[in-house]
Amino acid sequence: MGHIQRTVSDNGHWAIEAHGLVKVFGDKRAVDGVHLNVRAGTIYGVLGPNGAGKTTTVRMLATLLRPDEGSARIFGYDVVKEPQIVRQLIGVTGQYASVDESLSAIENLVIFSRLLGLSRTEARRKAAELLEEFGLTEAAKRPLKHFSGGMRRRLDLAASLIAQPPLIFLDEPTTGLDPRTRNQMWETIRRLVKQGSTVLLTTQYLQEADELADRIAVIDRGRVVAEGTADELKASVGSSSLQLKIQQETDIEKACQTVEGVLKVRANVSLETGKITAPMADADRVTDLLIALREAGIHLAELSVQKPTLDEVFLTIIGHGVKEDGDIFATSNETTEVGI
Amino acid sequence: MRHSASELMAKRQLKSRLSFGQTVRNSLTMAYRGVLKIRRTPEQLFDVTLQPIIFTLMFTYIFGGAIAGNVQSYLPIIIPGILVQTVIGTSIVTGVQLREDMDKGVFDRFKSLPIARIAPLAGALLADTIRYTIATVLTFVMGYIMGYRPEGGLGSVVIAAVFVIVCSWAISWIFAFFGVIARTASSVQGISMLVLFPLTFLSNAFVPVKTMPDWLQWFAKINPISHIITAVRNLINAGTIGWDFAVSLIGAAVIVAIFAPITVRVYMRRA
Ligand SMILES: Nc1ncnc2c1ncn2[C@@H]1O[C@H](COP(=O)(O)OP(=O)(O)OP(=O)(O)O)[C@@H](O)[C@H]1O
Ligand SMILES: [Mg+2]
Repeated sequence: MGHIQRTVSDNGHWAIEAHGLVKVFGDKRAVDGVHLNVRAGTIYGVLGPNGAGKTTTVRMLATLLRPDEGSARIFGYDVVKEPQIVRQLIGVTGQYASVDESLSAIENLVIFSRLLGLSRTEARRKAAELLEEFGLTEAAKRPLKHFSGGMRRRLDLAASLIAQPPLIFLDEPTTGLDPRTRNQMWETIRRLVKQGSTVLLTTQYLQEADELADRIAVIDRGRVVAEGTADELKASVGSSSLQLKIQQETDIEKACQTVEGVLKVRANVSLETGKITAPMADADRVTDLLIALREAGIHLAELSVQKPTLDEVFLTIIGHGVKEDGDIFATSNETTEVGI
Repeated sequence: MRHSASELMAKRQLKSRLSFGQTVRNSLTMAYRGVLKIRRTPEQLFDVTLQPIIFTLMFTYIFGGAIAGNVQSYLPIIIPGILVQTVIGTSIVTGVQLREDMDKGVFDRFKSLPIARIAPLAGALLADTIRYTIATVLTFVMGYIMGYRPEGGLGSVVIAAVFVIVCSWAISWIFAFFGVIARTASSVQGISMLVLFPLTFLSNAFVPVKTMPDWLQWFAKINPISHIITAVRNLINAGTIGWDFAVSLIGAAVIVAIFAPITVRVYMRRA
């Protein structure tokens, strides 16, 4: 089996294969059987509310924390049995700044470079290069105490890139950043993947996962409660919905019947707003509906189509997760079986 | 995209073991980091600069007359005592600072790098020898100002200084161990003081052992601190290296052999 795993990893197929990871703190199961498979060369988003177990999962994958149960491989190398090799393949940017506060930016980078085996001159050059790349050259000699949150975050990421690791862990890379800095961070992350790295990032922002990640795992209470692409996750919650507002309130009843008749679905009427909402499985039918409404002499005040947002996905899943203990999505079970 | 992903993989030669040379290089880099930190925050040197000055003055003038008749003849006894007490006391700070340092995010990065596991600890401890050196030099300088002229000469003073620094470095592994097992920096301080206070005072540092009650004499004689102090006294006052010197170094080696591995192990486990 070990042999097969090696050949799979040599194809650059899976960057991360985690199987049934468990971490218990006291009597709290912080991570409770997490399965994850991350394809090399992609961005993988781990999404979850506070205390879901994101950081703990990342720390186990990054050899910083020993799993109580389960196993994980990074490019085919076991995180518990071969941590020294795994560490040569990863770069870690933790949730809280993992740089030296009392030193300057350049001193930090030089020390990390030296530790990674670069010579003194190479280390200086690499540090200068990274500072330039992350727009920190001007602040290079200042102590980090006077850095803004965004500068610190960038330095932190720069420090993870010294050895050009094929896999980069980013634990909440944009938390606390302003929108502009966040966009810069996103650009950087995309560039890293273009250069061949694999990125696993955790986030509390649905928009961020939507924007960046090729695949997303939603974690809640230490379990993966859903897994898939952003579109798959949205689709799993439900289709888009059509919203109509009628000019004459007296027509609502009739309009509702028309909607139900043409779209062959159940429509909801909100009397306060005077809106009719109906699931829209087939967009083509809407043309028929509009013609039917015109023929019936019903005038529209407003028409809109609403796609489910990841927010809804998130709330739906987390809501369900509480009641049904996570077994909602067939997709999550399917994908986790691969490669184990 | 996938292509370049495997390229990034193929470039590197993965090694599952670290060479001894790399372990040393990593430790030295970590020590360099410690030196930079001291340079950035010189105020953390207050204790090693003030304590030798104040203790030397205080103890010499308080005990001098009572124990040795006068200050001058007390100096050869008290200076080695204060030297060992101060320098070893300084090694507590190593544990405290290690605890503070380990709580910072940067230690996570050290743990995630493919470096020798012992390097962050060994480096921190190595950098602290600067503190011991400062304390050592200041104690001798204070002694000199107060009129102390060691009979053993400058050479033996230098050997004694190195000897005390080596012993303190070894002992600092004990406090480093407290550092990694304790939850907070102040508890490291607490435990360490509790251990060190009786050790330094129930020794021959300040008063001749024969003035103590029997049971205390027994303790003071086996107390490793007494051996270190005796070794220093023999060296700087007579220029001789004897059994106490050897026993101290053997003890130091044993401490490192025991505490360095368990400290590193606990440090790794408490990640
Ligand atoms: N060292 C620890 N000791 C005890 N409990 C811990 C420890 N680390 C994490 N926990 C607990 O485990 C749970 C998961 O924590 P974790 O930090 O992994 O969550 P997270 O998803 O990263 O949350 P956040 O979004 O707030 O960063 C939390 O309830 C936390 O209190
Ligand atoms: Mg977290």
